[in-house]
Amino acid sequence: MDLSLSTRTVGDRTVVEVGGEIDVYTAPKLREQLVELVNDGSFHLVVDMEGVDFLDSTGLGVLVGGLKRVRAHEGSLRLVCNQERILKIFRITGLTKVFPIHTSVDEAVAATDWRPFAGRACGHPRVRPVTEES
Amino acid sequence: MATVELRFSALPEHVRTARLVAAAVARRAGVDEAVLDEVRLAVGEACSRAVGLHQSGGISEPVWVTLTEEEKLFSIEVGDEAPRSAPGDGASGADGGVDADAEEDEMGLAVISGLVDDVEVTAGENGGSIRMSWPTAPPATLLS
Repeated sequence: MDLSLSTRTVGDRTVVEVGGEIDVYTAPKLREQLVELVNDGSFHLVVDMEGVDFLDSTGLGVLVGGLKRVRAHEGSLRLVCNQERILKIFRITGLTKVFPIHTSVDEAVAATDWRPFAGRACGHPRVRPVTEES
Repeated sequence: MATVELRFSALPEHVRTARLVAAAVARRAGVDEAVLDEVRLAVGEACSRAVGLHQSGGISEPVWVTLTEEEKLFSIEVGDEAPRSAPGDGASGADGGVDADAEEDEMGLAVISGLVDDVEVTAGENGGSIRMSWPTAPPATLLS
């Protein structure tokens, strides 16, 4: 299965719906999409990963790169994911502390703490409570 | 002798094939269904890393994968032919400008070590390898 990407605008957010497998082969396509969105002025992104079957560290690297880009513009990058096997990868790499991970697109779009880790603690009740495995 | 051996050109598009083959052989070997996702991911990480090392080093040799069914154990070894300047450095090069590669390399290894309890990473002048193993269930009536 290849990677599928589609984007739509919801309010001032851009939702990127990702499907298929994000790996060393397909991750560059996702990177291109995120770079293009930021270059076009979309700085508040919601990446919907509910349709993702596989994610590896290359994909994580692309998401981290996207986060860096939007933050350079005071933007945000939120994830939507309920799949345990995908969430596990974020946990073991410590990235649950970097990305706000939501249970639905609506929840992510409604969230307002755009820079949750930019210097002040502002726990957001809508952000998925992810159990840390030390 | 390995149950299945795989050699593929160091191209990203072949990593998925390696993942699928590894998961299929692991399933047949009796690796728990709940762990197959981890096998798939770990093999993918190891192969991606090997492909990256070959590409950044301009190495035309193939990446190799051996899948071995042992008693109560299923092991996978992913090997590359990328020489390291110092054994164990594991990085794609010591020169500047490879920070992104090195970061990705580290993230891949972090994922592997987070997923697999039994993992051994080696590197030397003739290349390196990642060896991982998982317990297998005792032989049972298989569905297929």
